[in-house]
Amino acid sequence: MSFVIVQVIVGGLLLGAVYALFSSGLTLVWGMMNVVNFAHGDFVMLGMYVAYLVYSLLGAGPLIGAPLAMLVLATLGVVVYFSLIRDIMKGPMLAQILGTFGLALLLRYSVFWWFGANFLTLPENVVGGTLDLFGIRIQAARLLAGIVALVVTLGLHLLLTRTSLGSKMLAVAEDSTAAQLMGIRPDSMQAVAWAIAAGATGLAGALIATFFYIVPTVGETLAIVAFVTVSLGGFGSVPGALVAGLLIGVIESLSGYLIGAIYQDIVVYSLFLGFLWFRPQGLMGKS
Amino acid sequence: MKFNHVVGFLCAAAVSLALAGQACAQDKTVKIGAVFPLSGNAASAGNHAKAALEVAMDIINNAHPELGNFPLAKNAGLAGLGGAKVEVVFADNQGSPATGQNQALRLITEEKVAALTGAYQSGITLTASAIAEKYGIPFLTGESVAANLTERGFKWFFRTTPIASDFVNVYHDFLTDMKAAGAKTDNVALVHDNTEYGTSVANTLATGFKEKGQPIALDVAYPSNATDLQSQVLQLKEKKPDVVIMISYTSDAILFAKTSQAQDYKPPMIIADDSGYSDPSFIKSVGKISQGVFNRSSWSIGPAGSPTAIIAKLYKEKTGDEMDDTAGREMQGFFVLVDAIDRAGSSDPAKIQAALKATDLKPEQLMMGYKGVKFDDKGQNILASAVIIQLQDGENYVAVWPKANAEKAPIVPYKGW
Repeated sequence: MSFVIVQVIVGGLLLGAVYALFSSGLTLVWGMMNVVNFAHGDFVMLGMYVAYLVYSLLGAGPLIGAPLAMLVLATLGVVVYFSLIRDIMKGPMLAQILGTFGLALLLRYSVFWWFGANFLTLPENVVGGTLDLFGIRIQAARLLAGIVALVVTLGLHLLLTRTSLGSKMLAVAEDSTAAQLMGIRPDSMQAVAWAIAAGATGLAGALIATFFYIVPTVGETLAIVAFVTVSLGGFGSVPGALVAGLLIGVIESLSGYLIGAIYQDIVVYSLFLGFLWFRPQGLMGKS
Repeated sequence: MKFNHVVGFLCAAAVSLALAGQACAQDKTVKIGAVFPLSGNAASAGNHAKAALEVAMDIINNAHPELGNFPLAKNAGLAGLGGAKVEVVFADNQGSPATGQNQALRLITEEKVAALTGAYQSGITLTASAIAEKYGIPFLTGESVAANLTERGFKWFFRTTPIASDFVNVYHDFLTDMKAAGAKTDNVALVHDNTEYGTSVANTLATGFKEKGQPIALDVAYPSNATDLQSQVLQLKEKKPDVVIMISYTSDAILFAKTSQAQDYKPPMIIADDSGYSDPSFIKSVGKISQGVFNRSSWSIGPAGSPTAIIAKLYKEKTGDEMDDTAGREMQGFFVLVDAIDRAGSSDPAKIQAALKATDLKPEQLMMGYKGVKFDDKGQNILASAVIIQLQDGENYVAVWPKANAEKAPIVPYKGW
């Protein structure tokens, strides 16, 4: 019994790290620009398809697939910023919601049209199978995703707090007119933020592809978790998303195992709502 | 300016062509509505269903003498309606019961279809057929298995597929035979999602097994389209049931296979309740790590040159995939519906309903391995039946039970990878 619990918790932590990984991009865009990106899940999906293409065309694993997905998605992020986000940010909140939602559908059905509706997967051993640590089984693919989640979180956090680029981005987030008076170009800063956010999301997608199924609608399944993770962690807080992701992963796994999987969402979401009741800004958000 | 003129002219030309085309086609076609998940998480199954119906349409609308006496194949179009063609209007239910219902309404009121078929997910067949009932339009499902669909006292609803209460007998008899052959089959676990399909099949199986004196030992329910199935797999691994019956759509079936491998969990026997495990993309994705999984099926490709083999070939040419049980049951349902329209000699819904009620097809007139098609008062096909197949090599299912239909002997325990 107790031994299985350890396995459940380890699995929950690895799952949570993955949640954190694909939420970091969302928290960046949401928290810094106040743009709710409904296409976020579909960015993850695109990252997965890049990894799949890299595997099926070049036979290469995430070592090439992940950086490439990051690059492709970062480029897409900049394109999306200049062609869509920059304009709809001037409009009402509803324009953002509909604009990014439309983008989500465009991406989803473009992939659908090109690849079809079939479920795809990468082979099980693309990241070295499963490790057995004193009887605790750890999927190498999930471990890799977990480690990358930590590195990305740390990297983004340092970027925002310790570099001049980060300070400029935060300045634009706080008051773009004032930032402009200081000689910072809000447009380029926000484009950089979109590139980073989308790049991190693409990276996440490529890593998730190593242990999940790939299908055009997979973004729907993942996006809801990302939104919950970001709200729980606090909008715009990258470390918050990590802590929140880990928490959700462990609570989900434990409640699924102890009470029954059918109730795990009820447990997670009632705790989530209860928490927001006391602390609406999330774990690490600014009030 | 000039460019605009050209565009305007082209548009006008396109519109008039479209209108003219419609006018010509109008006099001799029977429209049938088909509601399937063409997008959303079950889109893989929905698009295979669409392809199956398109192959059926080809067989019906064009002369296919190579199919011999297979109903509707020999001549082009419907003989009963003076060679009228059948046109299927596809609608996307997006995996949502509400959308499925709206689409059924649209097909009936806007497209004026004579009958409806679909909708893959039982939960959507439930809502879509309620609209058909209200408007007095026949609705035939070839694949949805939830028991309650035919328990609603509907007059316009028909179902050709075997249903959960049939599977109770199939699974129980199969397990009894396996036990006689030395396999352990005492502890049976059910793993199912929380959809209409998952819960209703699980309930019917649980009740049926209990009545037969073998109560289900463990019931593992999970939310469909799960992001993670680790806790469920660990639960099973700890309780060690002898037999696991999986009632899952494709996405969860793939995740279950991957998670089982990661957790090194191999139950002695897995029986899949069709759906996800019959999806060709399941076999392509994780067939190699699901070797030895049992499944139920009513489809068998048959000897070369037989109607079933020819139909399977047409289907493969269209989709690149092998014909599977789900696509086969959908196609069979569609053939039964069109056969009724042909016999009715009319696209009048009431006459089609009467013809459906009078349906009496023999096994040799079917592409699926049913004992025939004949509806009871509730609209359920009383001659539907299924066999057990096994994914022995991880690539193709072979029939293993009952012995009379078996191509190979069943292999236990479950091999996995």
